[in-house]
Amino acid sequence: MTAAEKRGAVRVLLAKVGLDGHDRGIKIVARALMDAGMEVIYTGLRSTPEAVVRAAVQEDVDVVGLSFLAGDHMILAPRVVAGLREHGRSDVRVVLGGVILKQDITALRSMGVAEVFVPGTPVERIVQFIANRQAQA
Amino acid sequence: MDDSYPELGKRLAHWQATAHGGKTSSAKNEPEHCTDSGIPVKALYTPLDLAANDYCEDVGFPGEFPYTRGVYPTMYRGQLWTMRQYAGFGSAEETNRRFRYLLERGSTGLSIAFDLPTQLGLDSDDPRSEGAVGRVGVAVDSLEDMETIFQGIPLDRVSTSMTINATAPVLLAMYIAVGEKQGVAQAKLTGTTQNDILKEFIARGTYIFPPEPSLKLALDIVEYCLRRVPRWNTMNIAGYHIREAGADAIQELAFTLGDAIAYIESARARGLEVDEFAPRLSYSLGCFRDLFEEVAKYRAARRLYARIMKDRFGAKDPRSHLFRTFSGSCGSTLVSQQPLNNVVRVAMHALMGILGGHQAIHTACWDEGYAIPSESAARLALRTQQVLAHESGLTRTVDPLAGSYYVEALTDEVERRAEEYLKQIDAMGGMLKAIESGFVAREIQESSLRYQKAVDSGEKVIVGLNRFQDTEEEAEPAVFEIDPQVEPRQRAKLAALKARRDARAVETILAKLAAAIERNENLMPLLIEAARSYASVGEITGVMRRAWGEYRNPVHL
Repeated sequence: MTAAEKRGAVRVLLAKVGLDGHDRGIKIVARALMDAGMEVIYTGLRSTPEAVVRAAVQEDVDVVGLSFLAGDHMILAPRVVAGLREHGRSDVRVVLGGVILKQDITALRSMGVAEVFVPGTPVERIVQFIANRQAQA
Repeated sequence: MDDSYPELGKRLAHWQATAHGGKTSSAKNEPEHCTDSGIPVKALYTPLDLAANDYCEDVGFPGEFPYTRGVYPTMYRGQLWTMRQYAGFGSAEETNRRFRYLLERGSTGLSIAFDLPTQLGLDSDDPRSEGAVGRVGVAVDSLEDMETIFQGIPLDRVSTSMTINATAPVLLAMYIAVGEKQGVAQAKLTGTTQNDILKEFIARGTYIFPPEPSLKLALDIVEYCLRRVPRWNTMNIAGYHIREAGADAIQELAFTLGDAIAYIESARARGLEVDEFAPRLSYSLGCFRDLFEEVAKYRAARRLYARIMKDRFGAKDPRSHLFRTFSGSCGSTLVSQQPLNNVVRVAMHALMGILGGHQAIHTACWDEGYAIPSESAARLALRTQQVLAHESGLTRTVDPLAGSYYVEALTDEVERRAEEYLKQIDAMGGMLKAIESGFVAREIQESSLRYQKAVDSGEKVIVGLNRFQDTEEEAEPAVFEIDPQVEPRQRAKLAALKARRDARAVETILAKLAAAIERNENLMPLLIEAARSYASVGEITGVMRRAWGEYRNPVHL
């Protein structure tokens, strides 16, 4: 059984990694996931990849969602993926949102990022993706 | 119904009864009949809507109290607005090259964007800076970088605008120190520090210390510059970022004025006279989607501010009454689907800014949703303003929308609703309390969610995104690549500086700074000394971090 099935509700950790402080988008996603019945932990601004991994393991989450708007995703996102793997938690899906170019999306997927949501994505699609993928897991 | 227009009242009633079966007569609360901030809009406005509006009291003349029609008497007939485009480059050398290029072509105003580590008081070799050095602006670690940025640029010949907040006193101190080295007295320096830390807690997130010491630092600039750097614009109090965080037009205006009131009260608590420092304050508001509401917001802002300055603070110098503004395209209105449509949106932003009577206008680049704008997109953004300035006739008369029944009624309503917010904030004990209690964050969060839901449901149309989509896959525009060598080069430069400089002098000044913090002194004189000794931004800010601690905003979801 996955963590989600044991508990019933999907647990999602959301974080702003890096120094950028724009959190309008991630807060909208947080509320939508909560409205859909998921348990959401938002670690706030300027979390380090190491702190995100630690919190994700401690809180035993199913999904980690990271928001990037300052172009530092290629350096910081892979560290979260690798950190989870080192802790034996590669089952935790990492999804990204923000200003991320197509060429980077391809590279991020190959590094193990489950999905990337770019500006203009309806929030409902993000909610469905996280809910559906959990059901399949 | 107002008695001053008996014939009009009858005719209007008749028109409403017959022309549209009464359906168009009154304000409706359906979303399609509301402004972007939710003010109900009627199908038709007449002089009856302005019955309570006294022209001389409420509208008046440009350059005269209450400045509804503009802060200067002749507005754009006398002088066009400043077309201020914002740019930042990875390294000090590149920034210097771009500045000299601009100056050789007749530009006199420079605008610096700093990278996030500089904005947050972290050196380029700090582990937290990795991936962010030189990315969203230029990296400045010490006076050495500032000297490079302004090499060959005499500081008494340019005006420099610095988008810097939490570390504004440190960067201003470095700028003053560069001037000294060039032989330019600080009294001759002109420019602006954004230095609006309260909106960082509300919206942009680039704060370091708790609100109280942060406010103290911001006011150190205000107080110091009063006598030493009298031509410096000490603060640019910004609603723009509050809007971008999801606030509506009313909240943007109310919270900007709430911040301004908090700064002015704190400055007075230090014993400064309002007429000494208020003329050096300037403002910034965003250009969003709703043309008439945005213009009403700018007009209401000027009037409300003038009244606050006069009635609440007893400001007597007319220059203290002026809500001088820099307005800019809200980047969040730009859409990456069918990105060329953004050219039209940006033209609308410029139109709002011009009809709103701003002193400076920034137009966004159509491709900036992807990355740092390309040169051709940056040129087009500037040309958009120039076409409107010179080909449209918009500048022939002052405040051309004045007297529109709709725009005047909307100006009154925006002012009324913003005043309501200000009363609420006063009742909470002021803006700092309203921010710390989470009130401001919650209000903005609710607006942000409402807007997102309206977009997701298609109730608010965004062309190319939720209507008139193209099915074909679009090519992304060419992207300006950031040199991956900027970060290692900057680290090496800092390491070399640290090896070369007089380490004992740095230690001494940092210890003096710590003592001055203990005594709650104005830190500017010591920050200038620290800059001269080549102490780094991270070292200087580190002393403050140890004294005040780092702050984390409570999260409101």
